[in-house]
Amino acid sequence: MSFPAREDLIDFIYDEARMLDEGRYTEWLDLWMPEGVYWMPLDYKQTDPDLVTSLLYEDQFMLRLRVERLNGARTFSQKPKSRCHHVIQRPFVDVMDAGANRYVTNTNMHYVETRLDDQFLLAITATHELTVIDGKIRIANKRVDLLNCDAAFGNIQLLP
Amino acid sequence: MPADTPAYTPAYTIDTVTDLVQPHQVHRDVYTDPEVYRLEMKHLFANTWVFVGHDSQTPNKGDYYTTQIGDQPIIQVRHSDNEIYVLYNRCPHKGTKIAIDREGNTGKFFRCPYHAWSFKTDGCKLAIPLKKGYEGTGLEETVSGQGMKSVGAVKNYRGFIFARLAEDGIGFEEFFGDSLSSLDNMVDRSPAGRLEVAGPPLRYMHKCNWKMLVENQTDTCHPMVAHESSAGTAVKIFEDMDWPADKPKPMAMEIIAPFMSPYEFFENMGIRTWPNGHGHTGVHHSIHSDYSAIPGYFEQMVDAYGEEKAKQILGENRHNTVYFPNIMIKGPIQQLRNFIPLGPDKTLVESYIYRLVDAPDQLLARTAMYNRLINAPTSMVGHDDLEMYERAQEGLAADGIEWVNIQRLYEDGEDFDHEAVENGTTERQMRNQFHAWVKFMAPQPAPAQAEAAE
Ligand code: FES
Ligand SMILES: [Fe+2]
Repeated sequence: MSFPAREDLIDFIYDEARMLDEGRYTEWLDLWMPEGVYWMPLDYKQTDPDLVTSLLYEDQFMLRLRVERLNGARTFSQKPKSRCHHVIQRPFVDVMDAGANRYVTNTNMHYVETRLDDQFLLAITATHELTVIDGKIRIANKRVDLLNCDAAFGNIQLLP
Repeated sequence: MPADTPAYTPAYTIDTVTDLVQPHQVHRDVYTDPEVYRLEMKHLFANTWVFVGHDSQTPNKGDYYTTQIGDQPIIQVRHSDNEIYVLYNRCPHKGTKIAIDREGNTGKFFRCPYHAWSFKTDGCKLAIPLKKGYEGTGLEETVSGQGMKSVGAVKNYRGFIFARLAEDGIGFEEFFGDSLSSLDNMVDRSPAGRLEVAGPPLRYMHKCNWKMLVENQTDTCHPMVAHESSAGTAVKIFEDMDWPADKPKPMAMEIIAPFMSPYEFFENMGIRTWPNGHGHTGVHHSIHSDYSAIPGYFEQMVDAYGEEKAKQILGENRHNTVYFPNIMIKGPIQQLRNFIPLGPDKTLVESYIYRLVDAPDQLLARTAMYNRLINAPTSMVGHDDLEMYERAQEGLAADGIEWVNIQRLYEDGEDFDHEAVENGTTERQMRNQFHAWVKFMAPQPAPAQAEAAE
């Protein structure tokens, strides 16, 4: 596929959420462009990822570290492991620019994470910048905004 | 209540609570007992100088910021005289919180949203609607008639606002003494000698007692164990990457790799304790010592301070400085963490970062990165710390052993009234904190003449 249809982009978002829910992290890392960054702002409508704190602003090195740590033998906060679950609304396709090979989707989700007796719900909006390389859709950047980003949280251990 | 139900007697009183602390161990009730917690809020957090906020959080007249000292709701506000005032966040009429948002600007006065009593930004009463309803009632003689209540004492130390709730007690300089050198170093790292808060803090909820967090700040024997999964894995992945030896390491690696340093590194870094429960790790070097130089910064510092002073400021790489009772600062990266008690087993950790005024932005970028990599609710490092605290909070319920051991490198007759520098893996700073805990839980001696003037 060199020019994805709207449907392809939407399916991609669903597939990505399923990968995260099923813990298929190695596959998930392969979805990323090498320069891709996963950003979860700390402030509502935050514009600057660099000079104020974010919850996450992670390049491929950090994401790989995150994934390897989840499977490590001495990852104490993951004994037992957390599980997660995304319920997603049909994504909006906000940008479809085949000429620039740039596609942007905006997706509302309910994210549930659980471990032992604790379970919490986050209402989130994910913005995916996508691109097509060798016929496959890839994540150029992903931004995840939490509806209650300014609330105090306990551990959020997986990837919303 | 049936007549034969015995009256409730609290398990601990101000006289017995100090029995929970011995030189080398503390009773688990200091972490778990609701009555001990209540006594801490009433006495310890009233008698000590507690961090409120930074003055750059309220830069303009009428700006306010709401927080807590212990369990007390507090407002920091900039008054028309440009000074910072610290008031209880409570309407003197019926108790309504005057400000409910975390920050804002109230203009020239606060106006209670319930019945519109209004107050100047120094707390003084301004006006009450339908005033004639109080004529001849004696309102003026009640505490409610006096306006919003101020805390006992306030100090703005180089931009950092501290307050003592108690009307009388130890003075600011006496309480902190030479420990202020850590705050000085953090502020001096700005060529302008000034810090500004950079964005909102991380807010991380912990289901554990606040003291576990404070003790962890000088616990140098846990990083290579508890953080192996993050720091150890980072080092491993990085080794797989065949990174050229002459190319600077990625900033994230500079930050996270030193957590895997061996015991000797932490032994040799040293720990210094000061009177009244303050202390710091990283006397000789620290996990912050080997960060790459940021182009142009040293030159700016030399211009501002001269070469000798600039080198002296930047040569100091203190790791964590604990200001008793409940904050920690990291001078070399301009971070402050506030451990706000919410209950015997609940603590809110707020992690702030500051911009060094007139320094290159890359320094702030590194600081912001440190904050999110290490101290966010989404942080791989933070996850394992919180896991340990919460396991400890739950494990303390076990009746087999009632004491928590803080004996590493303990010596008989330790004197906490004088500064000391020890092996960096000592638990002396934890003992120092409990020594201060006992001191400030107790009723405070009447103020000396000179201090009363402060
Ligand atoms: S409670 Fe504030 S005016 Fe009545
Ligand atoms: Fe830690």
